[in-house]
Parts: sequence; C-alpha cells; structure tokens
Amino acid sequence: MKYVAHLARLALTPEEEKKLSAQLGSILGYIEKLRELDVSGVEPTAHAVPMVNITRADEIRPSLPHDEALRNAPKKAGGLFVVPKIVE
Amino acid sequence: MLNQLTISELTARLAKREVSAREATQACLDQITRVDGQIHAFISHDAADALAQADAADKAIAAGEKKSLLGVPIAVKDVLAVKNQPLNCASKILGNFVSPYDATAIEKLKAAGAIVFGRLNMDEFAMGSSTENSAFGTTKNPWDTTRIPGGSSGGSAAAVAADECIASLGSDTGGSIRQPAALCGCVGLKPTYGRISRYGLVAFASSLDQIGPFTKDVRDAATLLGAMSGVDSRDSTSVPQPVPDYTKALTGDIRGLKIGLPKEYMIGGLDAEVKASVDAAVKKFTELGAEIVEISLPHTDYAVATYYIIATAEASANLARFDGIRYCARVDGADPIELYSKTRGAGFGPEVKRRIILGTYVLSSGYYDAYYLRAQKVRTLIRNDFLKAFEKCDVIATPTTPTAAFKVGEKSDDPLQMYLSDIFTISCNLAGIPGISVPCGFTKNPKLPIGLQLLGQPFGEESLLKIAHAYEQATPWHREKAV
Repeated sequence: MKYVAHLARLALTPEEEKKLSAQLGSILGYIEKLRELDVSGVEPTAHAVPMVNITRADEIRPSLPHDEALRNAPKKAGGLFVVPKIVE
Repeated sequence: MLNQLTISELTARLAKREVSAREATQACLDQITRVDGQIHAFISHDAADALAQADAADKAIAAGEKKSLLGVPIAVKDVLAVKNQPLNCASKILGNFVSPYDATAIEKLKAAGAIVFGRLNMDEFAMGSSTENSAFGTTKNPWDTTRIPGGSSGGSAAAVAADECIASLGSDTGGSIRQPAALCGCVGLKPTYGRISRYGLVAFASSLDQIGPFTKDVRDAATLLGAMSGVDSRDSTSVPQPVPDYTKALTGDIRGLKIGLPKEYMIGGLDAEVKASVDAAVKKFTELGAEIVEISLPHTDYAVATYYIIATAEASANLARFDGIRYCARVDGADPIELYSKTRGAGFGPEVKRRIILGTYVLSSGYYDAYYLRAQKVRTLIRNDFLKAFEKCDVIATPTTPTAAFKVGEKSDDPLQMYLSDIFTISCNLAGIPGISVPCGFTKNPKLPIGLQLLGQPFGEESLLKIAHAYEQATPWHREKAV
C-alpha cells in the first residue's frame, strides 16, 4: 500500500492505509472473476469508437491568454507558476 | 408554475410573449429558495447572473431572434467548465477554482440562447452512485429526503425532479446520468461515445465519459442532444457524424420495431416491484406494435469487474493533474513530490483515493497484463455481445437499476455493494453505445420512481428516442411531481 500510494503521489494517514488495504483486498478479490474467461486471441478495446490519427494543421491559433492560464495558480510571480526548488 | 414547464412548453410560451425569460428564471430561483434547503441539489448558484442572462434573452426575443433554447434556464453539474463560474467537481482539492473558458457543450447551449446557471452537486469527481461522496454535503431524493438521489449526477437529477430548473446537464461514465434519472423520476440520456465533445468536461475515465441531458420529457432530451452534438476539433474522440433533428424521430409510431430483452438482466437481487414495472413496460411496447425478441449478453456478469479496472486506471492517470502546481488548494512541501502528495492527501476524499490507489495498482509494473490488459480484452467481448444482439433488435430494454432509491448511509461503508448497484448501466459505457432512462412506474410504499433503460446501437439515438417517446406518451409516469 505504501508503494502504490507513493506511485500515486498520495499522502495517506496510517488509518487510511489500513482501511484502504482491506477494501482493496475485497475489490481485487471480486475482480479476480475475470480470470474465468478465456481471452486468448481477443484484441483489447481502448476506445469503443476507434478513431486514428486525428491531427490538425500545424499553425498558430488563439489559445488561453497568459493571465487567464495563471488565474487559478496557488502561487505565482512574474507571470510564472511558483514551485519548490527542484535542482540545487 | 413556470419552473415546472418543459423546454418545449416554455419556448412556445416565450415565443408567444405570454411569459418572459426573467419570469421563468425567477420561478426557478424561487423554487430553489423554497426547496433546496431540504434537497441540496445546488452547490452554489448566482441569481443575479442568471437574471442578467434572462434579461438579455428577453431583449433578443423582443428583437425577433429565433433560437432553439432562447430564454431556457439550464443548470449544470459541477464537472463542466462554464466561463467565470466556479468549478469544484464537488471536491475540496480545487479550492477557489474559476473556469477560464466554456466547455464546448456549454458554448453550444449558450449559442442556442440558454440561460446557463448554477453548480449542481455530485459525487466527488463523478465517482459514486449516491452523491454521498460530495465534499459539499449529500443531495437528497426529492421523492423522499431520507433517500439518496443516485449518482454521480445526483444534483442534476434532483434539480430537474424538484423543478428547480427546466433541464440540466450531467456526465455518465458508468451510469451517472441514467441511474440518478431513474431514482429521481426524470429522463436521462447518455449519448454514443463521441457524439458530444468532452472538451471542458473534467475527465474521470476518458474512454467512457459522455455528457448528457436530464429533462422532464423525451422531447426535451432530443432537443438538448441536438443542440450539444457534433464533432469538435478540441476533442479528437468526437465523431464527425451528421447531427439530425432528433425531434423529427418522435413520431409515436414504433410498429414493427424490435425490442430485445437480455435474459441475463433478470438477476437475483432485482426488486419485485422494479421487475413488475419493467414487465408492464414491455407489455406496453407490444400494445404499441413493437416486437419483443429475447437476446443474450453472455458477458454481463463480468461488466462491473471490467469497469472498475478500466475506469480506475484511466482515473489514476487523469487525476494526476490535480497536483497543486497550476491550480488546486496547495499544501506546501519541502520538494515537489512532497507538495504533490500532501496536496492530494488533503484534497481528495475517500472514494477518490480508493479509486486512484486501485487504478495505480492495476497499471503498475507486473500487474498490467493480469488486470488492465485483460479487462480491455473482456471489454471487447462485452462490446461484441451488444453488436451481435443488435443484429436481432433495434433497441434493448432493461431495468435501469436493480432497486428504487436506497437510504442515505445504507451502502456508504461498503464500496463493493455500491459498485454492484450500477450493474445494469455499466456495460453501455464499455460498449460505447447510447442509453436512456425513462420513468416507468413507482414503488407503492414509500412511493419512489422506477426507471426503464433503453440501449441503442452506436449513433442510434433516433430509434432510442422514438421508442422512449412513444412509451412516454402512452403512460402517465412522467407527469407525476415529486414536490
């Protein structure tokens, strides 16, 4: 649980870890029923309506104005998002 | 009472200048004041802004403008972006987020003249079947306020059922429109995947999500579907399929149409009164001249397990964006990883955490093939079941839910039981086909609505609406009022 929570970037309290472990166990137990099926030779479905190579012309077009993009930033300065130091 | 009108009734009266958009909007706002303290369908609404939009609509009407939704107040689930309105997905994590742009569906409704107002309550990030997972409190069923309205679009269904708006929008990933529509006694439509652009819809499971309307009758559902459909360059999964006038399909004539009944849907756990109502609806179809054929969807029993792998896997990736950098209520940390973890740990509720953990697990190294890839293959089998069934019938009829609305708190401690309440609605999203729920009766004591689900072929919304409309016109259920 600790490893998966780390992968998900999710800080959990010890109580949450305990409760989620138990619930995950029962849900995974239920999901096991998919093993009953023979899926050899079956193609996976990623999207129900398959569409491929949807592209647009590579040209400049209007996008979200700078100040609008920053409008909901929890911390900003000088027209940029402020984050904790990443490199020393 | 103007707030009780359907879209077609209101637009007819607006066109004749018998009423104003301001009066209709004020009637909705008055109803919210009167009943929403009990029902809590709305997280918030801006009355002054709604009335300003209504005044603009009245000016346009006076100037002779003709638009399909001119002056119609429509409320919106808190998962769709409406420019300059708050957007929280019923979560704490988004803090004071205000949408910088309109979703495409909203842009289209505004272009058609609608008054777009209010933020409707939902399960956090559309994850749930009862609206109990909202960070803003539980919505109550207008027919019995000790019961849930369904979910995740519980606020959208309750607001329409309680006449707090003329119509509303929701989103449906595994039944989140059809299930609450059934439990609140209104019409709820999930279109074919790709019919309506998802641009501006906060993504839960991108391969399953669709926007759709909640309405008081089938004609209004046809009107809103037509207004919102169409390809959009901002959603590459929207499909370039022509958009017909769906109201033209509502002829009332369903003679010779074939309605399939899947034998796998008559399961144990199906409530006797629900079964009786669906059986009676089937009888009504034959009286109207439709032909009933038995069909089989053999992989039905695997749909819930398949869904909870695919939906949570996609959710775990989609919700990675809520990290406290560009938006969200940030919780500081010594480094970015700690900031992300703390922000997400503090901001997400229990069901969202549960699904992110499950989704991360099924995608993680060593488990991908056993869970995610296998689920995608079973998804193919489920889709093939439907395509095969549609060789024998035009639409499929089922109950929308196994029971009527359950009590607040009844299933909230048992996620698996809650997931299983979606058993009839989930396959439709996996197959990408359209589905509609229409009222088909009531339980006796207490009196609670029962929903009939009709499932159609990909882009077969016209047959779906035609049959739903013919049934509705031949039955009294949709005219009953909750409050």
